[in-house]
Amino acid sequence: MKRRTLLGGTIGAAVLGLTFGLTSAALAQQPPIKIGMSMAQTGGLAGGGKASQLGIEIWRDDVNARGGLLGRKVELVVYDDKSSASETPAIYSKLLDVDKVDILFAPYATVPTAPLMPLVKQRGMLLMGNFSFQVNSKVGHDMWFNNAPWGPADSWAASFLELGQKAGGKTIALLAADQEFAQNLALTARDVAKKMNMQIVFDQAYPPNTVEFSSILRALKAAKPDIVYVASYPPDSAGILRAVNEIGIGNNVKIFGGGMVGLQFGAVMENLGSLLNGVVNYNTWLPEPSMQNEGTKAFFETYTKRAIEAKVDPLGYYLAPFGYASGQMIEQAIKAVGSLDQKALAKYLRENEHKTIVGPIAFAADGERKESATLQAQFRGVVDKNMDQFRKPGTQVILFPAKMKSGDLISPFEAARK
Amino acid sequence: MFSFELLLDAVVLGVLLGCFYAAVSLGLSVAFGLLDVPHVAHPAFLVLASYAVYVLNEFYGIDPLLAGLLITPFLFVFGLAAYRLYYETFEKRGSDAGVRGIAFFFGIAFIIEVLIILQFGVDQRSVTATYIGKAWRIGDMRIPYRLVVAFAVATLLTTLLALYLSKTFMGRAIRAVAQDQEALRLMGANPIRIKQWAFGIATAVLGIAGALLIIVAPVDPTLDRAYIGRTFCVVVMAGLGSMTGTLVAAIILGVAESIVLTLFGASWAPAISFAMLLGVLAVRPQGLFGRRS
Repeated sequence: MKRRTLLGGTIGAAVLGLTFGLTSAALAQQPPIKIGMSMAQTGGLAGGGKASQLGIEIWRDDVNARGGLLGRKVELVVYDDKSSASETPAIYSKLLDVDKVDILFAPYATVPTAPLMPLVKQRGMLLMGNFSFQVNSKVGHDMWFNNAPWGPADSWAASFLELGQKAGGKTIALLAADQEFAQNLALTARDVAKKMNMQIVFDQAYPPNTVEFSSILRALKAAKPDIVYVASYPPDSAGILRAVNEIGIGNNVKIFGGGMVGLQFGAVMENLGSLLNGVVNYNTWLPEPSMQNEGTKAFFETYTKRAIEAKVDPLGYYLAPFGYASGQMIEQAIKAVGSLDQKALAKYLRENEHKTIVGPIAFAADGERKESATLQAQFRGVVDKNMDQFRKPGTQVILFPAKMKSGDLISPFEAARK
Repeated sequence: MFSFELLLDAVVLGVLLGCFYAAVSLGLSVAFGLLDVPHVAHPAFLVLASYAVYVLNEFYGIDPLLAGLLITPFLFVFGLAAYRLYYETFEKRGSDAGVRGIAFFFGIAFIIEVLIILQFGVDQRSVTATYIGKAWRIGDMRIPYRLVVAFAVATLLTTLLALYLSKTFMGRAIRAVAQDQEALRLMGANPIRIKQWAFGIATAVLGIAGALLIIVAPVDPTLDRAYIGRTFCVVVMAGLGSMTGTLVAAIILGVAESIVLTLFGASWAPAISFAMLLGVLAVRPQGLFGRRS
């Protein structure tokens, strides 16, 4: 009996070893599945781009540790697009014609992604978008899927203005950077304000190199708005909040913020500290209990360790988990379809709901989210020079959407700042 | 909607902002205005100085202005070395050095940008001081203290630099190099050593200017690109090489920008600044304070 058990065990171990050996050999022999993308590693968008890339790299390492996809390892082919729209068409042509990648991920942000859309449509490639805003609205590519939680075009502004209206706001001031993304936000805000019968009392676009915002804030304050909707880029967001603190914004203002890029990044939040209090701003993921999903905790444990080495955003809430989610969606699609056929993958992505670390994702016909999951959250009780406070629930209270809500708006703005 | 109160606010804030522009342009006024060195890396040197100030403030708790003073000798030596490298590799070799010199300084600017990214990452950095984030109230008007500091420091810096260039032997030698390098050589002086010294001064000034840059707003590694146009605009409008002219031109630019931002719409601000530059050059090609050659 003992001898038979020993013999069985030996044969079993040998078979297992052989199988494992063969699988490893097969994994090593098969060419890898190449996922190609450009990413902002330098230039103005690099802060987001590098964090996003780290999220995708963590997924790559996880999926390879699980044995890869279709018995093949997953490899990323990444080039720096220097945050520039003029670089991306050439990079993606190279990815397709020279590197011969199997799957395309879009670069981070709207501006570098927009000029790619005609090329990708023409070549019949699936494109997993990365936080761009409405780049497919005019191109109509049926194999475009945006990982961002934006949803319908007007939902971003609508959620903010509805919060303002509920707080008694009737007039609105719009302050937006003179750039594609911010102007898109301002455009939808104007439409939504009109639908909600709100009067726009101040509407200005400022140039990207504006150094000092005191003059603009003084003019905005003089218009006495109830709601101040700001669509700004990272260098400006800090300047605007500093000026608000120094110049003041007036007692009428019920709600301030909305579309300020930069207030999602750890270093910026740590630098601004208590100046953030009261601001209601969009976000994508926050450490509130309602945002925890399967795998979220493990992802952030890995991210936090690797972010130090990679010198990227230590918190990584805004982009990194969505980079990982892009990988999860492609992984599920390839496993379900069993091939790299672009049309079949696109069909699967369009027709199914996908389980990710940022929650379930389902796409509408235009490749954007069916329902907006863009958060509007209010900063509360923030103190100066403390990064760890942002890792705890309650520092950014979620006001929208309802199913993720973790508190109510404190209004007016001046009261919320205290 | 016109309001006298808003206009007054705009003018006051514009003067303060202009003084800040002057502080960040003074070094270029020496390097480009007096020495004819196409120093397009000037804003990159400025951002580098800001990061040095950031390190001293963040890790050693030193006040940003004091930190700016502490790094000044190091920047002076850095300036001496940078000019010597430029002279040996480019300027010495011929008449087209100016054009090739631009490529040299662009290269230096990119190297600085990449080194800052490698060391500090791409995030914005800022400093803390008691005068940042608070404002001085005069009636309904509120003036940010950080701009008041920029005003005081820029005025002092301009005065000191103007006095140095007009009252000291070395200062007068620098101006002599600017006027006629060959005449100086005939008199037995070495114009290259004087130019090297002057470039050192132009870089040393960036210690305080870099401190002001990070006091006024947070910095990131690519911020230099935003200042190339603005600083060259100030220096050319002033009339190459005039220190008080630099201050006045910067104030004119600051006030124009501020009035346009407040009363007419922010989109117009850059266009107005450069339109003013073109206007000045059309009427006075030598700039507001430049001498007719």
